Amino acid sequence: MNLLGLGLIVLASVLLALLTMRQRRSLPTLRPIAAMTRLYRAIGLSVEDGTRLLVLLGGDSLLTRNGAAPLAGLNLLRNLSERTSLSDRPPVAAAGEAPLALLAQDTMEAGYEAAGAGEYFQPVNGRVAGLTPFSAAAAAMLTFGDEGVSTGMLLGHFGSEAALLAEASDRENALLVGSSDEPSALAALFAAAPETLIGEELFAASAYLGSGPTHTASLTVQDILRWIVVAALLAGAGLKLFGII
Amino acid sequence: MRTVALVFAIITGAVVLVGYFVSPLAPIQQMLLNWAIILAGTAVVVGVFNLILVHGTKISHREKGGIYSAILLICLFAAFLFGLALGPDHPAMRMLVNAVIVPVEASMMALLAVTLLYASIRLLRRRASVMTVVFLGTAVFVWFSSATLPFGEIGILSNWLRPWIQHVWALGGARGILLGVALGTVTTGLRVIFGADRPYGGK
Repeated sequence: MNLLGLGLIVLASVLLALLTMRQRRSLPTLRPIAAMTRLYRAIGLSVEDGTRLLVLLGGDSLLTRNGAAPLAGLNLLRNLSERTSLSDRPPVAAAGEAPLALLAQDTMEAGYEAAGAGEYFQPVNGRVAGLTPFSAAAAAMLTFGDEGVSTGMLLGHFGSEAALLAEASDRENALLVGSSDEPSALAALFAAAPETLIGEELFAASAYLGSGPTHTASLTVQDILRWIVVAALLAGAGLKLFGII
Repeated sequence: MRTVALVFAIITGAVVLVGYFVSPLAPIQQMLLNWAIILAGTAVVVGVFNLILVHGTKISHREKGGIYSAILLICLFAAFLFGLALGPDHPAMRMLVNAVIVPVEASMMALLAVTLLYASIRLLRRRASVMTVVFLGTAVFVWFSSATLPFGEIGILSNWLRPWIQHVWALGGARGILLGVALGTVTTGLRVIFGADRPYGGK
């Protein structure tokens, strides 16, 4: 029995429950992230201009250890589809694997229903772009030009093909906010995309769009767990330095 | 119905999570994961129908790029019919993969090198900051110390400085990012198990 892992999960669960209750009674204070500020403004502009938002959820991930990144992307998609469902051009979500595309459809439909616009939901707006990373990227590159996309978001598991998507968005003068759970993709996005969410910022994105107290609380839990990890690393280094371990 | 889905998802998520730490639950966890794999396989079939619907709509509405959708659908049906008639292990079907799909994806990979070089050149104009200079300087230095130079290797660069950058700075940074991703993964998973995030729909 892995007691350390179980203990960490129990600690995170208790902290999340307690901090969610606390967050319900107070207004959230979040440190500014430039990419989120720009994204927030771009969402409003796209609704006013009648241009489209494109959410790319990546692929090759849902049944692997990379499954959390597209789940965070789906959560942001839920928020975006609720906010922009009455736009002239509703958002499009594309995934590189079929189960993720089905979840995207379901998520978008829930967003439309929550906005009271369930009858406007079109299943083709949640779609499979391709079944390999590069075929999905190739299809998504065309979407930027063909469907009048003004803002694109990469929210999921991507490899270095993310740079091709950034290049395609740049050709169409669209803003791209890129993120991935893969360091190689982050390096490519840092060079090629106007805005990049690095590391855990991907998982914080939904809290910045006002998804509720649980999301804000989960940011604080992440911070507490990070300090625990930092303390453990320093303690390990110290013990090793003095030859105790 | 949504409440049933919520309860089922929470119980399944909790059992799978606890199964990693409590060994008596491991067989149940494995069974649930096998079910998920079967469902994901079925979803691929639904996904192909979604692909046909999306591109069929593009063609019927005469949307921009409809010609590419038509080519995609023709190739999809041709590959499906040939696969059905010959079987996936037939040399012709293997050639379809080895002579078309693999080279096309490899050429996209090659395109990536040019794209990244071009993006790096534009980076200074778009985001002029200290970190940009550090990023570009490091990239140029690692490239210079890895490339085959006409006058041979520069020992201090390729044997000492480059490994130091790669194994200390780059690896340390990547591990830092991955720790952040891991912590984000934990909290995202817990939000799904608590029912705060519902990727399976629900208001």
